[in-house]
Amino acid sequence: MSAVHVSTKINGDDVEFVCRPDESLLDVLRDRLGMTGSKEGCGTGDCGSCSVTLDGRLVCSCLVMGAEVGGHEIGTIEGMAQGDKLHPLQQKFLEGAALQCGICTPGFLIAARALLERNMDPTETEVRYWLAGNLCRCTGYDKIVRAVMDTAKDMRKAAAKSSAKKPAAKKSPAKKTAKKGARHAA
Amino acid sequence: MRYEAPDTIKAAVGLLSKAKGTSRILAGGTDLLVQMRSGMVEPDLVVNIKGIPGMRDIVADKGGYRIGAAVSGAELEEHGKVGQMWPGVVEATNLIGSTQIQGRATMVGNLCNASPAADSVPAMIAAGATARVVGPKRTRDVPVESIATAPGKTSLAKGEFVSSVFLPKPPARTGSAYLRFIPRTEMDIAVVAAGIAMTLNAKGVITAARVSLGAVAARALLVDACAEAIIGSTLDDAALDRLAAAASAAAKPITDKRGTVEFRTKVAGVLARRAAVIAYDRARG
Amino acid sequence: MPLDANTPDLRTEFKSVGTRPNRPDGVDKVTGRARFGADFSAPGQLVGLVLRSPHAHARIKSIDTSAAEALPGVKAVITYKDIPEQEGCDKDVLVNIMARGTALYDGHAVAAVAATDAAVARKALKLIKVDYKVLKHVTDVDEAMKPSAPVLHPGRFEPVDYNSLETASHVSGKQETKTKTREGSNIAGRYVFGHGDVDKGFKQADIIVEHEFKTEATHQGYIEPHACVASVSSDGMAELWVCTQGPFMVRDVCASLLGMDVSRLRVTPSEIGGGFGGKTTVFIEPVALALSRKAGKPVKVVMSRSEVFRCTGPTSSASMWVKIGAKKDGTFVAADAVLKYQGGAFPGSPVEMGAMCAFACYDLRNVRIVGYDVVTNRPKQAAYRAPGAPMSAFAVEGVIGEIADKLGIDAIDIRLKNAAKEGTVSSYGPTFGPVGLVETLEAAKAHKNYKVKLGKNQGRGVASGFWFNFAGNTCVSINLNVDGTLALALGTVDIGGSRASMCLMAAEELGIAYDDVRAIIADTSSLGYNDISEGSRVTFSSGLATIKAVRDLKKRMCGRAAKIWGIPEDAVKWENGAAHPAGANAGGFDPLSIKEIAAQASATGGPLAGHYEINAEGAGPSFATHVCDVEVDPETGAMKVLRYLVVQDAGKAIHPSYVEGQYQGGAVQGIGWVLNEEYFYGKDGTLQNAGFLDYRIPVCSDVPMIDTVIVEVPNPGHPYGVRGVGETSIVPPLACVANAVSSAIGVRARTLPMSPPKVLAAIEGVAASKA
Ligand SMILES: Cc1cc2nc3c(=O)[nH]c(=O)nc-3n(C[C@H](O)[C@H](O)[C@H](O)COP(=O)(O)OP(=O)(O)OC[C@H]3O[C@@H](n4cnc5c(N)ncnc54)[C@H](O)[C@@H]3O)c2cc1C
Ligand code: FES
Ligand code: FES
Repeated sequence: MSAVHVSTKINGDDVEFVCRPDESLLDVLRDRLGMTGSKEGCGTGDCGSCSVTLDGRLVCSCLVMGAEVGGHEIGTIEGMAQGDKLHPLQQKFLEGAALQCGICTPGFLIAARALLERNMDPTETEVRYWLAGNLCRCTGYDKIVRAVMDTAKDMRKAAAKSSAKKPAAKKSPAKKTAKKGARHAA
Repeated sequence: MRYEAPDTIKAAVGLLSKAKGTSRILAGGTDLLVQMRSGMVEPDLVVNIKGIPGMRDIVADKGGYRIGAAVSGAELEEHGKVGQMWPGVVEATNLIGSTQIQGRATMVGNLCNASPAADSVPAMIAAGATARVVGPKRTRDVPVESIATAPGKTSLAKGEFVSSVFLPKPPARTGSAYLRFIPRTEMDIAVVAAGIAMTLNAKGVITAARVSLGAVAARALLVDACAEAIIGSTLDDAALDRLAAAASAAAKPITDKRGTVEFRTKVAGVLARRAAVIAYDRARG
Repeated sequence: MPLDANTPDLRTEFKSVGTRPNRPDGVDKVTGRARFGADFSAPGQLVGLVLRSPHAHARIKSIDTSAAEALPGVKAVITYKDIPEQEGCDKDVLVNIMARGTALYDGHAVAAVAATDAAVARKALKLIKVDYKVLKHVTDVDEAMKPSAPVLHPGRFEPVDYNSLETASHVSGKQETKTKTREGSNIAGRYVFGHGDVDKGFKQADIIVEHEFKTEATHQGYIEPHACVASVSSDGMAELWVCTQGPFMVRDVCASLLGMDVSRLRVTPSEIGGGFGGKTTVFIEPVALALSRKAGKPVKVVMSRSEVFRCTGPTSSASMWVKIGAKKDGTFVAADAVLKYQGGAFPGSPVEMGAMCAFACYDLRNVRIVGYDVVTNRPKQAAYRAPGAPMSAFAVEGVIGEIADKLGIDAIDIRLKNAAKEGTVSSYGPTFGPVGLVETLEAAKAHKNYKVKLGKNQGRGVASGFWFNFAGNTCVSINLNVDGTLALALGTVDIGGSRASMCLMAAEELGIAYDDVRAIIADTSSLGYNDISEGSRVTFSSGLATIKAVRDLKKRMCGRAAKIWGIPEDAVKWENGAAHPAGANAGGFDPLSIKEIAAQASATGGPLAGHYEINAEGAGPSFATHVCDVEVDPETGAMKVLRYLVVQDAGKAIHPSYVEGQYQGGAVQGIGWVLNEEYFYGKDGTLQNAGFLDYRIPVCSDVPMIDTVIVEVPNPGHPYGVRGVGETSIVPPLACVANAVSSAIGVRARTLPMSPPKVLAAIEGVAASKA
């Protein structure tokens, strides 16, 4: 098995690594780069605890090959806070007790951030469907969904404030996502 | 295992043709990586096609759309126009997995994985989609229903792969829909599914229809009897009853961890009926 | 003495307790910094993997490891021979961690390897040749009790007179032919509880309802697979980093299995990614230690998700019969039940607790419960949240729902009429002290959810539930730092925010700020023995010990103040974070704050610490009542939970957010159990759905918000009135949802899960019988 040499960007930093072609991005992050914030709950795409962004898109890092991320940009939980300033979602999860054991938390945070970047005004149904690929066995999801909705609310308020100050500012991102809740299921 | 990421179709075909042992195309990887992890396949060669120009493009073509083999479900949804033209197909594709899976999974991967429960396949069959197969000898366009032959088996020859799927321009007053049954609301494989496309005349009479059922046989079925049950009708109750009966009659399912023969048979009819109602409403606009 | 006079044993007014501060381990957990089981690594570690039986039941004729051993990169291969039986060890655990002669279930460990990387280890597993002779298997509990069933442990359990089994007359209907086989049986135990005269009681009944019920095994489904790193040095000193609910248990069990002195093995618990009872035993830990011992290097073993499903303990599947008689006004006059739980390949199913809980919610004159513990070719069951109770509650609460319907009595009213209260002699023996079932029923009835009008195909269900709550061995230390802040060392792993609750109680007791206390979970060499974090015991027991350790510290701090002031110790009292003279006679000294006392600790006699150890008693039971609304699609059998309400007695909610979290999490686990979760076995006895795609735990879009009401009926056994809250919440949902479905479409589901195919078949059955 010939190893592959990969140059990529993780959380804005240039990173190089060597991996075997059968290693997943999650294996690389955890075992080669020591970034253990992304968790392996299943290794088969079912639990979302390994969620990262790949060129801004939410994916399961256990279903991405390490070998294929050359030239792409990866975002992990380790890059979510800016220095010692937590991302608003991290802060809300903490305050709202949206975690019990916390193993699912990094995945939920990455997934929720991807949602709020696309849609700052999601309905409860949209939040639930967007997060359906993230399993949590402890919380029953209630406080997680609330934390995401509360963060969205804060973000809308902040956006309204800043656009009131400077009327020329960009409007909040168009609501264009998570139609899943509305789609026809049997 | 060797990993290759060629940048032309020709190079990819060359690699696949020459490879010894087991080789696999890597599209979104949402089936392939799971299968590798469980030891179900141990490929000697993996060919990532995502870097080949055109593979990630959706191109307007002859009034319809050609969708590259590496276009993910999320990209297909965001395109918007394909969904307006063939809502059944796009909705079916978007049902696959979770948000995370949508970021990677492709329609073509769904097709070539050849699972009888693949969501996008009955919808594509109903839409009359064709797959473009490239290979060492020639390039051919084939109906999508001819790709899967049995669970996990395709009609692709050594060195061949699918480079795109073509969704034709639908006639005026055409509507499509896809419904599946899963025990949860998300993150499940279809227990039974129905994809429908139909065209109406100005009076609202169905003049053409294609009905496909998923997860009720070794591969997705195109059921002529279902189409015949509604062609010529305005989808009145009698036509819907005939449709449901035809769908249940065509279903040849098995009992497994996901459902029973009785359940799949009955619900095939229920879903065909419900999908038909949606497609009919869409066709009327 | 004044100290005690000022700190009454049962506190009712609180400053810190009852608030909702951020947890001390929170930032690490939202930034990915917290280290869970698989996040530990040791320098030079090897990768350990386990070879598992592909057969449900097979004799292992031989194991040839030579090819694996010869593979470059392989540093150790072990079989049961490398873990010889030690005197006094738990033989069942020994056999479960590594098969000895017979593989007893699909996934049973047979051998293990340690290699330089995962790819080599995987290759090595394939090179191990095991020669199996496949035996007849049995996975169903009723089948396993038949004389024709293959016997798992020949000669171990008494042969049974099948005609004398309660099961024969009550349940199967058919009489089994009387055979006493030489091999014995699969019936590992029989338990009987109750009082009064059931037969007499039934004679007074105006209505009697009796049915058979079946539930499938469900898995705890924690998202973090089992993981550990073991390091055994050549001098026998050993370290183990592991995700577990019980580091002391892991230490003691591993030491006894491997023949080590307990002092040689130090176990450090990682953060734990869920357990729910499933991490209260050992699986890979002794194997990793044995591999490390043989290889002479640290070894890391992490289970795959499919291993978690195949080889760690789900809970029991159950087959039950319940009969209840009532008067026209709804008063229960007699109750009878037979419970049969299979606990996998070894004895120890939670049928005893299931039997004790079955009728615990009700005040009954005549009651009897018989429980059978049965072995089958399935993985050894492990505790799962209120072990044994959800199944028996499913049957009992289902029968009660039917009686209420038949008598035309409101579902809450019939429970109020029969509810257990203070002074009730419980169906399992003890007499209840103050308990809160009535309060939960009344609060449920008053809740807005109970008044919502229902639409077509919608229905409402009600069910109550009970759990004892455990107490047990606990040991806590609290150390005063030089600046007056505190370090609290706990020996009970934090599974859902308990560190925050302990800090709140310490702060409350000291009258200082929550942020001044930092709680950590100690390793097994730093603190005395603590029982496992299970049985909803942590907030109660470690809380009690924390409060008592703080009181010990306060006493010492008062002593230092007395020394400084030159007055007797008992002339000093503790108030609002400072030592005060107890009264005017003691002298006119300014209070000495905890910070001042800390600063002078060295000068006044050395470091200050408080300590407490206890084998606690007095855990108060927690009752709950759940109300749920569902909508059923009559054409597909699909179900949607529209609303869900949990009302439960917490005694005292220390950190209400985490109490609500327990209520919500337990309810959703219960919803998963009733709707879709199940162990699905093939004809060959192998597990067909060992992954999260087909073992369907609820996803976010499956459930609504879970409404909660915290009832507080203080437990007199705890200084703040705390009861455990973690487990009761999974007891009512099974029946609650089933009762709701019945009210929606008139179909009574008595076999779980109520997956759509079953519901649809039942709907069609009802339609056919009406036609
Ligand atoms: C958690 C989870 C949930 C899922 N849920 C669903 C679901 O709801 N419905 C559903 O239908 N499926 C589901 N799947 C399966 C999978 O996501 C889909 O089948 C998906 O569409 C596969 O696309 P892919 O691009 O990821 O395929 P890949 O994994 O890249 O490929 C799949 C197979 O097709 C072959 N292949 C791929 N592209 C080509 C090509 N162009 N030419 C020839 N062969 C090719 C590959 O070699 C491989 O054998 C799920 C999977 C996971 C992990
Ligand atoms: S570990 Fe990737 S989805 Fe579970
Ligand atoms: S908090 Fe434990 S799994 Fe989500």
